[in-house]
Amino acid sequence: MAEYETVIGLEVHVQLKTKSKLFCGCSTEFGAPPNTHTCPVCTGMPGVLPVVNRQAVEYAIKSALALNCEVPSRSIFARKNYFYPDLPKNYQISQYEQPLAQNGYLEIGTDSAKKRVGIARINLEEDAGKLLHNIGSREIDGSLVDFNRCGVPLLEIVSSPDIKSPEEAYTYLTTLKNILRYLEVSDCDMEKGSLRCDANVSVRLVGKKELGVKAEVKNMNSFRAIQKALEYEVTRQIKALESEERIVQETRLWDEKKERTYSMRSKEEAHDYRYFPEPDLVPLVAEKKRIENIRKTISELPDMRRQRFIKEYKLSQYDAGVLTSDKALADYFEQVVKSYNNPKMVTNWVMVELLGRLNTVNKQVRESPVSPGQLADLLKLMDKGIISGKIAKTVFEEMFNTGKNPQAIVQEQKLVQITDEKEISRIVEEVLKENPDAVEEYGKGKQKAIGHLVGQVMRKTQGKANPQLVNKILKERLLKK
Amino acid sequence: MELCELTGNELLKKMEKKEISSEEIVRSVYNRINQVENKLHSFVTLTEEEASLQARNIDGNMRKGESRGLLAGIPVAIKDNMCIKNVKTTCSSHILENFISPYEATVVKKLRDAGAVFIGKTNMDEFAMGSSTENSYFGITRNPWDLDYIPGGSSGGSATAVASDETILAIGSDTGGSIRQPAACCGVVGLKPTYGRVSRYGLVAFASSLDQIGPFGKDVEDVALLMNVISGYDENDSTSVNVEVPDFTKSLIENVKGAKIGIPREYFVEGLDGEVERAVKEAIELLEKLGAKTLQISLPHTEYGVAVYYLIAPSEASANLARYDGVRYGYRSPETENLLEEYEKTRGEGFGAEVKRRIMLGTYALSSGYYDAYYLKAQKVRTLIKKDFDEAFQKVDVIVTPTAPTTAFKIGEKVDDPLQMYLSDIFTISANLAGIPGISLPCGFSKKGLPIGLQLLAKPFDEEVLLRIAYTYEKNTDWHKRKPAL
Repeated sequence: MAEYETVIGLEVHVQLKTKSKLFCGCSTEFGAPPNTHTCPVCTGMPGVLPVVNRQAVEYAIKSALALNCEVPSRSIFARKNYFYPDLPKNYQISQYEQPLAQNGYLEIGTDSAKKRVGIARINLEEDAGKLLHNIGSREIDGSLVDFNRCGVPLLEIVSSPDIKSPEEAYTYLTTLKNILRYLEVSDCDMEKGSLRCDANVSVRLVGKKELGVKAEVKNMNSFRAIQKALEYEVTRQIKALESEERIVQETRLWDEKKERTYSMRSKEEAHDYRYFPEPDLVPLVAEKKRIENIRKTISELPDMRRQRFIKEYKLSQYDAGVLTSDKALADYFEQVVKSYNNPKMVTNWVMVELLGRLNTVNKQVRESPVSPGQLADLLKLMDKGIISGKIAKTVFEEMFNTGKNPQAIVQEQKLVQITDEKEISRIVEEVLKENPDAVEEYGKGKQKAIGHLVGQVMRKTQGKANPQLVNKILKERLLKK
Repeated sequence: MELCELTGNELLKKMEKKEISSEEIVRSVYNRINQVENKLHSFVTLTEEEASLQARNIDGNMRKGESRGLLAGIPVAIKDNMCIKNVKTTCSSHILENFISPYEATVVKKLRDAGAVFIGKTNMDEFAMGSSTENSYFGITRNPWDLDYIPGGSSGGSATAVASDETILAIGSDTGGSIRQPAACCGVVGLKPTYGRVSRYGLVAFASSLDQIGPFGKDVEDVALLMNVISGYDENDSTSVNVEVPDFTKSLIENVKGAKIGIPREYFVEGLDGEVERAVKEAIELLEKLGAKTLQISLPHTEYGVAVYYLIAPSEASANLARYDGVRYGYRSPETENLLEEYEKTRGEGFGAEVKRRIMLGTYALSSGYYDAYYLKAQKVRTLIKKDFDEAFQKVDVIVTPTAPTTAFKIGEKVDDPLQMYLSDIFTISANLAGIPGISLPCGFSKKGLPIGLQLLAKPFDEEVLLRIAYTYEKNTDWHKRKPAL
């Protein structure tokens, strides 16, 4: 079989989290009752005019700078014409000939295998509304339209066709999402629709210069789905080429249940959007000074933060990578370290206990019931020997379930570690008496038997006995025998 | 003499002296409407009840000695493509026949704040597309000087209402001559301000880069008064320009000594009606006599104006009018089977022939493969036309031309010949393309007794020079004092 290579370009739409919409003062809040965040402007009444939201422009420029783009001093809005009921004016105000930003790149991969994916252009545009075909579970005759989302600012980020595999597409998306979250310009939440992605994919024989015929794939609702859809497409296209079928340029939709793509429309049926400069808006002028001021508001980006974690906290590449892969997580980690300065220990607790527990209930870090301060307090209790490591895990579970402070839990449940040697000695005596067999075996040289005895002591104290002390006292006592 | 025959400024003086009330003025205007409206049909909607209430309120406030606006108690008619809250805005179209605006245009708000009383909404060519007001879904408007003739358009209702004393003042919109040409046809004064001088927020868009709202009045003084009220930057209109608004009534000085007046040779060519040419030349001679200096100039790209206009305006219109789809408001064709059919039937039945023609023209001009040859090329020539004016205004203060190549034509004469109809705006279109201000004022009558309009053009934001020269001309003539016999 001949060798093929894959060429992928991604078009990502992210909602900017401004308070108000791109061209009117309506709220952008998600989940409000239908058509409550609307006005004459965003419902396309006769005679209304758009006014650009400055904050949206700021967020857009900030994103563009973080993605290493050129931000020209002048960009223009354009009308993209097509009819659809969720688009009140039947044109979308977007950008076309002179976009807000262009010629940038995004670095993906790890230090050992870094790669740049080009960002061809970034457009600032308005979102459309939403069509509803049912109310709750009730099907309705006809369709309803909700304009709440209509006019929410969107950033369209178009990559160059530099992505070579579905897996790389996945990495590109997670990296991009992470950066935009670091900038605090978008939630990038695919479930809530604040990030959407269409993918252009084609295959060609290795060594061929010209691109293969591409398919545009839409309708994926997670990064994994994007990866799967692309994998499906690559296989489909190679199969087609192998059997000498002609691949047609078309738009295909991903069917999540059947895990396959199917044709939506061919190139011939594609819209002619008849772009032309939006005459209701003057050109967007971004003066150098303004751009530089915006650049100053860019905080540390994920990659820089990862490097710093490695240096400052002596973390491994892997740990630093995981911790900085989400701004909220990295913030959490640093807050814990601030009050409990043992980065290694904090790393373990955050990555194993916290993330593990969050995963089981499908929650994000920022929704964690245990605050960074509370986790630091827990670790301090352990450090001071007030509770054992094992008890600490029990306390953490209780904190996670109830949101209570560790001190309170330790007191209420009398979980303070037993460090009184006399008390431990007393229990050791009891255990020795009750387990003559184990004592005998130890005497015969079976070192392992001590484990059983330690376990018995811990059981009698509900795990509260200090394990080091138990070990020490047991050994001394057995030697005496 | 009836109150409705007076000018706004005359009425304001009488009110100040407490000789008359707003209620009396409004009653006089409605009496006149009751007498002549069935012959003329200037209005699409009359708002007599609201107007009377407004007038009584203003009279009450004035009795209490409360501060009064610049237009307190004066009737103003609004072209039916500007939104008055809770009043129908139809654009003389079937598709908006029952559309009641949920918001108010900036211009309307300014007028309301100044105490203007809204008489009604005036008839127009559907979506302001036309030069005769024959393209109205609600029927034609007739020229008060001769009922067999068109009043001009698209603001034909506003011009007619002012000319026939059905209102004192009126507001129109001008995309290619839609204020100036009907003003000329009806023998009143109409001004198209500089693009960006008056907010377009709430003006139903025809061609966004050309549309501009402006005043109609019985004389230059009234037009200046209205300009004081409606001008100014508006944060709701990004294309409105944040420049200082002068007191336009201060430009009403009877003096043209030393003013440099340009006469563009491209405007005095074949196709210009002999009577119109004579009247305009006499007007120029009068201005010279009053001390102005005239100068032959050239605007070499004039001949491309109409072609450029009929690419740019329809292109913008094709997008601006896309929102009338029956989904949210307006006419929706009943009993359609699917979305596409709903769009097609709603728009097919809802729009008139001329509107559909222009939507198709614009859609074509913007289509992939044609964009560069049509839309883009037109934009380039538009820049050249603008440059012509920039250069001319280095030499002259104003440019004088006829407003239209002929006086009003007969009803029905050009309805089947769109190209002939388009040529009615041949002298007015360039000002919209260049964004400059222009005024039309009466400068004579044809043998048939139809008014002739004189157009003055000035550089951007120099409406003051237009008003001063127009005022001086007016003070030395009495064309504007003639009234049609109805």
